Amino acid sequence: MQFTRSTRRLRASPLAETYPFPVQFYEHPPTDNISLQDFENFAVERLKLLKSVETIGVSYIKASESYNKKLESELRKLKFPYRVSSGEKLDDYEMRRKDHISHFILRLAYCQSEELRRWFIQQELDVFRFRFNELQDKQQEFLQHNKLEYQTIGEEEKELQKKNLADSGGYGSIKISEWLFYKVYFTDVLELVRARKVFLKDGFVYIPHPEIAVIVLNEFRQRLSKSLALASRALPVVQSDERLQPLLNNLSHAYVGQDYSIQKNVGKISLEQIDGLAAKSYAPCMRQLHKALRDNHHLRHGGRMQYGLFLKGIGLTLDQALQFWKSEFIRGKVDPDKFDKLYSYNIRHSFGKEGKRVDYTPFSCMKIIMSNAPGQGDYHGCPFRHSDLELLKQKLQSYKIPPAGISQILDLVKGMHYQLACQKYFELSHNAEEVGFSLNHPNQYFIESQKLLNGSRDIKKESSQPENQQRNQGSQSTRGTSACVSKPTSQAESADMEGLEELLSDVYTE
Amino acid sequence: MASSDNPYDAAELPDLLPIYYRRLFPYSQYYRWLNYGGVPEKYFQNREFSFTLKDDIYVRYLSFNNQNELEKEMQKVVPYKIDIGAVYSNKPSQHNSVKSGSFHAESKELVFDIDMTDYDDVRTCCSSADICCKCWTLMTIAIKILDRALGEDFGFRHRLWVYSGRRGVHCWVCDKNARNLSQAARSAVAEYLSVVKGGTDAIKKVHLTNPIHPSIRQAITVIDSYFEDYAVNEQDIFESKETWQKVLALVPDEFREGLQTDFVKVRNSAERWKSLQCTLNTIHLEEIKLQYCYPRLDVNVSKGINHLLKSPFSVHPKTGRISVPIDVKNLETFDPFSVPTISSLCRELDRKTKEEQENTHTENGEGLEVKRRIRDYKKTSLLGPVKIFEQFIEKMEQSQKGQLLEQSDRGGDF
Repeated sequence: MQFTRSTRRLRASPLAETYPFPVQFYEHPPTDNISLQDFENFAVERLKLLKSVETIGVSYIKASESYNKKLESELRKLKFPYRVSSGEKLDDYEMRRKDHISHFILRLAYCQSEELRRWFIQQELDVFRFRFNELQDKQQEFLQHNKLEYQTIGEEEKELQKKNLADSGGYGSIKISEWLFYKVYFTDVLELVRARKVFLKDGFVYIPHPEIAVIVLNEFRQRLSKSLALASRALPVVQSDERLQPLLNNLSHAYVGQDYSIQKNVGKISLEQIDGLAAKSYAPCMRQLHKALRDNHHLRHGGRMQYGLFLKGIGLTLDQALQFWKSEFIRGKVDPDKFDKLYSYNIRHSFGKEGKRVDYTPFSCMKIIMSNAPGQGDYHGCPFRHSDLELLKQKLQSYKIPPAGISQILDLVKGMHYQLACQKYFELSHNAEEVGFSLNHPNQYFIESQKLLNGSRDIKKESSQPENQQRNQGSQSTRGTSACVSKPTSQAESADMEGLEELLSDVYTE
Repeated sequence: MASSDNPYDAAELPDLLPIYYRRLFPYSQYYRWLNYGGVPEKYFQNREFSFTLKDDIYVRYLSFNNQNELEKEMQKVVPYKIDIGAVYSNKPSQHNSVKSGSFHAESKELVFDIDMTDYDDVRTCCSSADICCKCWTLMTIAIKILDRALGEDFGFRHRLWVYSGRRGVHCWVCDKNARNLSQAARSAVAEYLSVVKGGTDAIKKVHLTNPIHPSIRQAITVIDSYFEDYAVNEQDIFESKETWQKVLALVPDEFREGLQTDFVKVRNSAERWKSLQCTLNTIHLEEIKLQYCYPRLDVNVSKGINHLLKSPFSVHPKTGRISVPIDVKNLETFDPFSVPTISSLCRELDRKTKEEQENTHTENGEGLEVKRRIRDYKKTSLLGPVKIFEQFIEKMEQSQKGQLLEQSDRGGDF
């Protein structure tokens, strides 16, 4: 191998020193400056990675060949480090730097609650495990570099305990003679102790070198857990930074896949059709908002946002929207002038025609369920989540859902599977056997409904999101939904924090 | 002392308990134990106790500043049952005045509870709350196996075994390491020690891996020394078709029919046992022995840091028996039916006091009264158990001293 001068210079570069391995314990936070753009992009990419890790972990047995292959390709695609390459290039170090920085950013977003922490730790652990295994014969070096020296046992003791070691782990005697054995206090390897898979003497577990990964993983988990606890205490200071606050808030509550911000069906719907569409193709959340609007000739802010953006998503133009709302509010004895003053500005704003001129995206189910719970006098939110069970039952009865179906839906609601409940509602109200998609957006509901009722001519969808038909009936999340598809056009606009929503992946937390 | 001499009647409790708490309960040793040498500070003060009063009134989050307060309260309130809980972050008696979320359990002995009712499916002599000398062997086996494992495998040095007063035993592991274990660690220890798994629906409850883990092999050695006497003779598990069917339900299908035929042909239990031994592979045989004899512990009791467990030296209201420490070095001599009851103790005390009054002049009335109180338990059958308790505490104190010396040596303190 010929070393060019530039390569040699790279080896001496500070990056190489800081990041000698493609895997690390994230002990020290990054200290260099980065642009807000990088800050955001790095965070987003790591989140995509972790989300994929989660999906892959659900679809394949961890550490199996197919799992490893998938994970490797994901790491490569998103340009994260995972392997020691023979001729380390600047790119490798850049990736390690990105890895480092992005991890710390996400810590800030994911330290905030028990569920978020648990999720974050689980995915980071899986990535770490993969990378540590990839190190192979560099593992010892890595451990030494990280000051993880485990006590080894001498030859005499090994000889003495040979049978015990063999019987506890099922190892052959040749291997035992070859291997280095470590002594670790049992609290550091609880999983092995619990399963009685190791030899235990005087509180110490005897672990052969090949299984040292278990201990290292535990170490990683413990350290990360502690750091997250610390981070949550430091969070108020970080959150007070206006540039960061929206980003961090959004990171932990984001949505996957299509955002329905780009409408291919703009202007295809006339206002006269809306009542009919509401009865046939609206999800219950929008149906209830529409009814409230028609009944009361008014909706409060939360309802206007949720329904208004939905209407934009199904293809209403700004002019149509203005007309729609105005005509209704006037019936509610709102002065036309007052309407123009108070309400029309907001409608135009949500279409991106005022102020920051960001094209706001219709709310996903996640967002509707998790944020901005409705109060007295509100009609927004998710009926499956926010309605009292009795009321929900009555509503479903009024929608002519058969009693058996209603109890199925209520069961799902009791199990907190709100989106599955809505899916069930879709099936029952459309007389469909199985929906064939994983519901996570009211606009998706609308499009799918229209598709079913009219055939696919009317609304052209970009790509059938979400592709994996993982109906995790047992799981409480819509995690089975696909790895995301990002909208290149909106990405260009994402200089603003708001644009983040389109790019991020879903994390359903209870 | 046979129980028939001094039958216990629960109706006597309200009269006997005050005497027990005033004259017999070993407060100073009890305090020495739970204070752990005052290290860390406030360990005793932050310990939760719970009392069950007459009419089943249950009071939690009791705590005391010192031995005297504990003594006074017990004598005043006269609890029917006393439980010991965890050491908390603050005084349990003040838990309501602590900011919510910050009052939490920090430390507690690692405990195990072996209850005879968990063995009902393998006992032929008794069931439910009953025990007899035949099935008590199961407790002896359980203590031997668990005590060895806790000591040799886990390195726990200070293990107090206590008779529960009716149908089981408790183990209090008091090492500092043990007291500071997390819930996950306690659960892992309990799982490591568990071999018999499965509820009523599971017929075969033991599945061993090959090769057998050294810890299990040790357990099997213990069981082997008892099995023939206990299972084949006393429990007579091969006595009749009804009983040996249960054994055969545990053997691999391919052997069952053959063994059934054999069993019928053969004349007695001993021969059936021999037949079983000859037919089965080692590992299947071991599985059967383990199912019949291996300790069955309740993981939930062990894993909770804030779990409350019956206190040593408390009285069992149903049997009147005192929860006495068991001498592990002389397990074979322990007889649950000879454990003193509160009524027998009070009668002993009465008798001794009368003897003393006949023999001595009451010169200094007060002085003798105090002296009498200090030595009262020594006049009764409680002497033995308290001695065992004292030995246990002394061993701990020795080890604590040793550790402090080590620390100060390292730190250069004088």
